[in-house]
Amino acid sequence: MANGPLEIKAISGHAGSVPGRDTSRDYSVAKLIDVTTCIGCKACEVACLEWNGYPFRETVFDNTYQTMPDLAWNYYNLIRFNEHVAEDGTFSWLMRKDGCLHCADPGCLKACPADGAIVQYANGIVDFQQDHCIGCQYCVTGCPFNIPKFNSETKKVHKCTLCSDRVGAGLEPACIKACPTGCLHFGTKEDMLVLADQRVTQLKEHSSHKNAGVYDPSGVGGTHVMYVLHDIEHPELYGGLPKDPQIPLLVRIWKGPLKWLGNVAMVGGILGAALHYLKFGPKEVVKEADKP
Amino acid sequence: MIERYTYKERLCHWLAGFSYLYCLATGLAFYSPYLFWMAIVLGGGPTSRFWHPFIGLLFFVGAMWMHHIWRGDVQIGAADRAWLDKAGDYATNRDDLVPPQDRFNAGQKLYYWAMFYGVFLLLASGLFMWFPEYIPFNLRWIRPIMVVLHEAAALLTIGAFIIHVYMSLLTVPGSLTAMVQGWVTNDWARTHHRLWFLRVSGQSHKE
Repeated sequence: MANGPLEIKAISGHAGSVPGRDTSRDYSVAKLIDVTTCIGCKACEVACLEWNGYPFRETVFDNTYQTMPDLAWNYYNLIRFNEHVAEDGTFSWLMRKDGCLHCADPGCLKACPADGAIVQYANGIVDFQQDHCIGCQYCVTGCPFNIPKFNSETKKVHKCTLCSDRVGAGLEPACIKACPTGCLHFGTKEDMLVLADQRVTQLKEHSSHKNAGVYDPSGVGGTHVMYVLHDIEHPELYGGLPKDPQIPLLVRIWKGPLKWLGNVAMVGGILGAALHYLKFGPKEVVKEADKP
Repeated sequence: MIERYTYKERLCHWLAGFSYLYCLATGLAFYSPYLFWMAIVLGGGPTSRFWHPFIGLLFFVGAMWMHHIWRGDVQIGAADRAWLDKAGDYATNRDDLVPPQDRFNAGQKLYYWAMFYGVFLLLASGLFMWFPEYIPFNLRWIRPIMVVLHEAAALLTIGAFIIHVYMSLLTVPGSLTAMVQGWVTNDWARTHHRLWFLRVSGQSHKE
């Protein structure tokens, strides 16, 4: 990562311009998942467990190759399998690595009431800090992707960290390292977008996937985990990836206008009571002897 | 001296009162980052999140018990509508213009009903917020509705609660003594609740 403040701007006695001046030095990281080259081997699932130190948990068989029906608090990374028959009768076996997408506008963070329980790093990683988590699960309400999972024993919520501990040390996430087909890529968001566009062009020109596209939904400000899909028009085929994910409108109202309305009403009520007391004071009890 | 509230009534009031205060403080902590310190003071965020729903249930129990005790005293009738017409005079301390009232005036009754309906809304929405992990993802639209409903109901009760605390602590001296020790003076009763005083005087005299 470039050290922004110490980037050289001018050099004494130097012929020509400063080398590297005006080139983009992007902190922002991204994971690119090319589902068209995923073989569903689940090496990423195992690498995720290993790096995060979780023992393998029981699996649930649901007539697919999927390890279990859904993500779990100690299972951040799950390949979703879907057998899809297109209108023309062609069969496709769709696999997608599911996990946190690290939204640029994270609904979990917007909804969270606990100081410091969710942070968003400058590189785009959205990270849960279990030390500060109070277990209210508002993040579950805010997330449009069904990602945060609650541990009912510790009352803490967990999800993919994008291996923030590895990335901070200059390493790629564990899943990237484990992928045998190279369908997982990691780098700056800008580079990953270029790579994704190249792959999409290739798919359109050299295969029958004319609807291929990049999944980087703008409804949540773009994501730091992106997909290349064979068919960008139908992301829901890949284990329920939403077509146009948004932070629920009611969550925005709750954290926006309703909050201000409530604050003004409460402060106004207390202030109103104080002003009323100053103007009118207490009610006086009429003594029996004073009555006519 | 005259007995205003029996021991049972006072116990019930303070059970509901203190459980409401706990839920208010912890709830406000989750409501605004600027009030999160309240959860810290009360034992920390996770502790507050753990106890808030249980104490909320206690508040519900208190409210239901209170309804059992006071349901006959809080029905709104013709005398209350006459009082409400003069509510402006009552608020500006021109009490001689306000018609005489029974045990509770219409303002107290409205506060009662605000809390009564509020606690049902809070309980219903709160149950969903207690166990959101059991709401399936395809019914996820329920979750933010319940959160907004819970906050709206809480704000309704807070508005009513501010007036309740202000009136009983500052505007009507003697109210707190009545709710703690149970008695009021004859003059207090005659001034604020004349119909009630006339109805019970001679029966409940202590002196």
